[in-house]
Amino acid sequence: MIPLEYYLLLAAALFCIGIYGLVTSRNVIRVLMSIELLLNAVNLNLMAFSNYLDPATATGQAFAVFVISIAAAESAVGLAIILAIYRNRDTVDMEAFNLLKW
Amino acid sequence: MTLAEGVQLVSFGLLAIMVIGTALGVVLLPNIVYSAFLLGGVFISIAGLYVLLNAGFVAAAQILIYVGAVNILILFGIMLVNKNQPFSPVRRGWIRLLATGGVCLGLFALLATVVFGTSWQISSAVPAGDQATVLIGIHLFTDFLLPFELASILLLMAMIGAIVLARREFIPDETPADAVSDALTLPERPRELVSATGETTED
Repeated sequence: MIPLEYYLLLAAALFCIGIYGLVTSRNVIRVLMSIELLLNAVNLNLMAFSNYLDPATATGQAFAVFVISIAAAESAVGLAIILAIYRNRDTVDMEAFNLLKW
Repeated sequence: MTLAEGVQLVSFGLLAIMVIGTALGVVLLPNIVYSAFLLGGVFISIAGLYVLLNAGFVAAAQILIYVGAVNILILFGIMLVNKNQPFSPVRRGWIRLLATGGVCLGLFALLATVVFGTSWQISSAVPAGDQATVLIGIHLFTDFLLPFELASILLLMAMIGAIVLARREFIPDETPADAVSDALTLPERPRELVSATGETTED
């Protein structure tokens, strides 16, 4: 059996890559993709814990299904917001979206 | 999952390499379209990891929802906001890159320390296996019933909100000239197609 730590390390690496992309991306669509990476890393953690710590009841899998449905809603609303802001500012550069910057 | 030990380890290694490689491609590649397709690779590899973790139903849901819906949605979003513009370099942008890389490496080191420093209470119970689908259904309709209903309301709200947000801006004080033929269309402000003639998709 593969040790639980391998899955947790893989999820941690995926999470860190997602954080890096979230902070450094200039393109706003890439920021959305980085958020999907983060959610997938969290899901992988949930599934690993479900399989190794509580394999008989599958509660973690139900949690993962919830996270997947929330992620789908998030990406739909996020893309709609990106479309609206793109019509306003006519750019996809994150540095140009500084209307709320003090 | 009734696979041999070595087969499991080799498939885990291959899937881990695929996940890390495609995720790095999503973040680092300059062309956003390649990033979107590599994101599909990330989702499929993670579905393979779910199969290794005795969760066939969630693996199928992952492929259906993420690859089939979210990834296609992102590709359509790229097509809709495909603006061919060079980004103006930020002043002292390398500091940001270095700081973010340092923070991410530090976060990974912290998480790795926690992962290896904790003694996990590994359960020796038999995994649910193919019965997991039944168990998820039972969970959804007994102890997770309220979150399940809330999730359906949230999806409805997200659908309506996305339609309202993504609809083109309409002019309320303009009445259509031909009231019969335009009865079902909102008066929308006409807009020019941005960069419809651009050939490359460099972001």
